[in-house]
Amino acid sequence: MSQIIEGRKVMKGRAEGEALVSSDGISFYGGVEPETGIVVEKGHPLEGQCITGKVLVFPTGKGSTVGSYALYQMKKLGKAPIAIINKEIETIVAVGAIISEIPCVDKIDIEKIKNGIKITVEADEGKVIIEGSE
Amino acid sequence: MELAQEEQDMLDGKYGEAVKQSMNILVSLGEIFGAKRLINIASVQIAGVSYHNLGEAGLDYLSDLARDGKVRVLTTLNPAGMDMENWETLGISPEFAEKQIKVIDAFKRMDVIATCTCTPYFIGNNPHFGEHVAWSESSAVCYANSVLGLKTNREGGPSALASALTGKTPEFGFHLDENRQAEITIEVKAKIQTIPDFGALGYAIGKKIGKKIAFIKGIEKASVEQLKSFCASIATYGGTALFHMEGITPNKTDIPQEFVEVSQEDIDNAKKDLNDDDAEIDIVAIGCPHLSLKEVEDVARMLDGKKVKKEMWVCVARPVKQTAENMGLIKIIEDSGAKIACDTCMAVAPLKGRFKGLATDSAKGCFYGRGKNSFKTKFATIHELIEEATK
Repeated sequence: MSQIIEGRKVMKGRAEGEALVSSDGISFYGGVEPETGIVVEKGHPLEGQCITGKVLVFPTGKGSTVGSYALYQMKKLGKAPIAIINKEIETIVAVGAIISEIPCVDKIDIEKIKNGIKITVEADEGKVIIEGSE
Repeated sequence: MELAQEEQDMLDGKYGEAVKQSMNILVSLGEIFGAKRLINIASVQIAGVSYHNLGEAGLDYLSDLARDGKVRVLTTLNPAGMDMENWETLGISPEFAEKQIKVIDAFKRMDVIATCTCTPYFIGNNPHFGEHVAWSESSAVCYANSVLGLKTNREGGPSALASALTGKTPEFGFHLDENRQAEITIEVKAKIQTIPDFGALGYAIGKKIGKKIAFIKGIEKASVEQLKSFCASIATYGGTALFHMEGITPNKTDIPQEFVEVSQEDIDNAKKDLNDDDAEIDIVAIGCPHLSLKEVEDVARMLDGKKVKKEMWVCVARPVKQTAENMGLIKIIEDSGAKIACDTCMAVAPLKGRFKGLATDSAKGCFYGRGKNSFKTKFATIHELIEEATK
C-alpha cells in the first residue's frame, strides 16, 4: 500500500528516492558544504550527513538569501538533493529550487515522513507518495 | 496568477533565456505567496555582490544570466567584498580580487550601475513617494519603505535581479496598502539624539517586537543619517521592513491601541549588549550604512590635523567620495592616515582573522563584526571613535 500526502507545487518535476528528514530548518549558505553536500552546521540534527541524491525533507529554510545560490552550486557540482519537501516554503529555498530545477513541494505534513523511507515526489501535482506504508 | 501578453511572452522565452529564467522565478514566487498579478517597478537594488558571500555558485549564476540579460529599470548594487580600485591598500588578496572583478563585470554586462553601495538613495536610486520597487539589502529596504515611502518586499539577490531583468515584481506583501498598517505602538521614553542612540533604539525595538510594523512615538526629530542608522539596526535585530515614526515618516497608518514602552534603561542595556567589556580595538570603522556627504564632512573636520594610530576605515559610496574629493575632504581624511573604503564595508569585506576588535558607531556593524568576523565590538559615537583612533 502507498500513502499520498497532498501539498503544493513550488518547482515542477518528479523524483523518487530515499527521504532524509530534518526536524530543524536548513541554511544552504554556511549550513551545507557545496562541494560535498555534507551538513556542517554545528549542532544541526543532520550534522555530518550527506544530502546529495536524497529527497530532502525539512520544515523551512533559514539564513542568508545567498542560500539560493549555494543550492544552485550544489546542483552544478552534482551534490544537490533530488527533491525538496518543506512544511512551509520561504523565498530562499523556493528561489534556490527554481533556479536549480530541483522538484519541490510544500504544505506537506512532514511528520508523516520517516527518515530513510522510499518516497516519490510528484511536484507538478503538489503531492508526495510514500511507498509501502501501512 | 494572471499574466499580460508581454509577461506571458517573457515566460515563454520570446525575450531570451535570462528573461525567461527571471520570469519563471517571479511567477513561481507570485503563485506561492498569493499574488494576483505582476506590477511594474521603478528601480532595483541587488544584494549578493560580495564574492565572499556569492562563491563560485553565485558567480556562475550571474555569468549565465549575463549571456543575454539586460536590466529594464534603474538598477544599483550592494557593497562588494572590496574597494574595486583601492583593494590592495585595504589588504585584499589578488585571488579574491580577481573573482570579485568577475562578479562586477557580469553585472556590468547586464547594464547594472556598478557603484556598490548599501545607500542607493544617496547616489540617485531615488524613486518618488508611493512607487513600487524591488530592493534587497535589509537596511535599504527598511529605509525605502519607511522613510522614502516606496513599496518593496525584502528581496533576496536572485529575486531582485529577476525583477531588474523584467521590470516586474509579483504584487503581494508590502506592495499592498493593507499590509503596510502599523500593528503596534511604541512609546519612546528615552533621550534619542546621537547615531548610537538611534542604533540602540533599533536594537531595543527589534528585540521587543520582531518583524511587527511599529508606530513609533516620542522622537522629536531625526536626521537622514540617524534614520539610516536606525533602519539598519531595526532591520538587523528585528527583521523589520517597515515602520512609521510620528511626524517624521510619510506613510499614512492607523494608530494601534496595543503599545510597548522603550525606556532609558532599554537604551542603556542595548548599548551594554553591543559593547564587549574585553574588546581590544585594532580597527575603527564608520560608514555602515555608507556615510552621507554631510557625515564625510563631519569626519574630515574631526580628523583635520590629527593622525590615526589604529587602522581606520571610512566607508562611503564612490560618487559621494568623488564629491567629497572635489571639496578637499578626502585629502584631509587620508592625511590623517585613515583609509577611504568605497564599494565595500567592514561587514562584507573578508576581514576574519585580520583584526580582533572593531569599534564602530553602527549597531548593524557590531552584529556582522561579531557573527561573520568573530570580532569583539565597541559601540560609540563618531566623536568618541576618532578619539579612540587618534589617542
